[in-house]
Amino acid sequence: MAGAIAVIGVSFGAIAVAGGLDWWMPSALSLLVFAGGSQFMVVGVVAAGGGLVAAVAGALLLNARHLPFGLAVGDIMGRGFLARAVGSHLLIDESVAFAMAQKNDPRRARAVFWFLGTMAFAVWNVGTVVGAAAGQVIGDPDAFGLDAAFPAGLLALVLPALKNPRTRNAALLGAAVALAATPFLPAGVPVLLALVGLAALLPTPKKKVEVPA
Amino acid sequence: MNLTAILILAAGTYAFRLAGPLLRARLAKAHGGEAELPPRLTELLSTAATVLLVALIATAALTDGGRFAGIALPAGVLTGGLLAWRKAPFVVVVLAAALVAAGLRALGVP
Repeated sequence: MAGAIAVIGVSFGAIAVAGGLDWWMPSALSLLVFAGGSQFMVVGVVAAGGGLVAAVAGALLLNARHLPFGLAVGDIMGRGFLARAVGSHLLIDESVAFAMAQKNDPRRARAVFWFLGTMAFAVWNVGTVVGAAAGQVIGDPDAFGLDAAFPAGLLALVLPALKNPRTRNAALLGAAVALAATPFLPAGVPVLLALVGLAALLPTPKKKVEVPA
Repeated sequence: MNLTAILILAAGTYAFRLAGPLLRARLAKAHGGEAELPPRLTELLSTAATVLLVALIATAALTDGGRFAGIALPAGVLTGGLLAWRKAPFVVVVLAAALVAAGLRALGVP
């Protein structure tokens, strides 16, 4: 897991610098934002010529999932002021997924959450620095296929959630809408538009009228 | 990209992260114990996160600058996806996706 986060961190640093960011910007994002998907999104939108407002708004919407995550694992990180203040920053997809898997043993869940969160933070930031440094030398990270590593990693993370048919229908509808909108709308907006896929969650109207009792 | 945008994104992201545990604590206090959100709201929130992620994956894997991205990138992502589906370790998924995309590009596939 640490190796994968490092590889994606390196690819983020390299892609960010190749996309025209100053050397310190990817590290500032990795330290202060520490949410891979949104970091790639904001860098990708800006590199594609999209507006900064759309980029930040899209990234924030993507990060809104941390709220329900926090509701789910809020007690696992600890209840003190410091535990919540620091633990919240370490709330990432991976630490949540691993901590949830240990839910029946709260002490172990807490240990796993903090270990994974701290390790991921360290590895992610070191990877970002290395990638930003290497990116200035290697120039085009696409030659190393790093642009494929990021969606593939995300896919591996969301795959278990797609076993639920309702979630899968909503996600497929949303992805289709986003892809159809991509040629016509500024970068970042199509992904937000995917939320119309949530319409798949609406109860399907029953064709037969209920039989009176 | 500038420092203001980075700080806004950082502050907003941290607010989302902190809101969960604080909201949970408040709910727990109000209910005097184990607090759970209504199942429909929980499903909506978690599904919205998945929908956004899948749309991000689809557009990142298939498009580049508003146009079709070519063969190598989707082929790499598809390889990673198949490996993940076959329960391959995360690092194998990521490396295989990168290697397939890089290999195809080295062979001249766009």
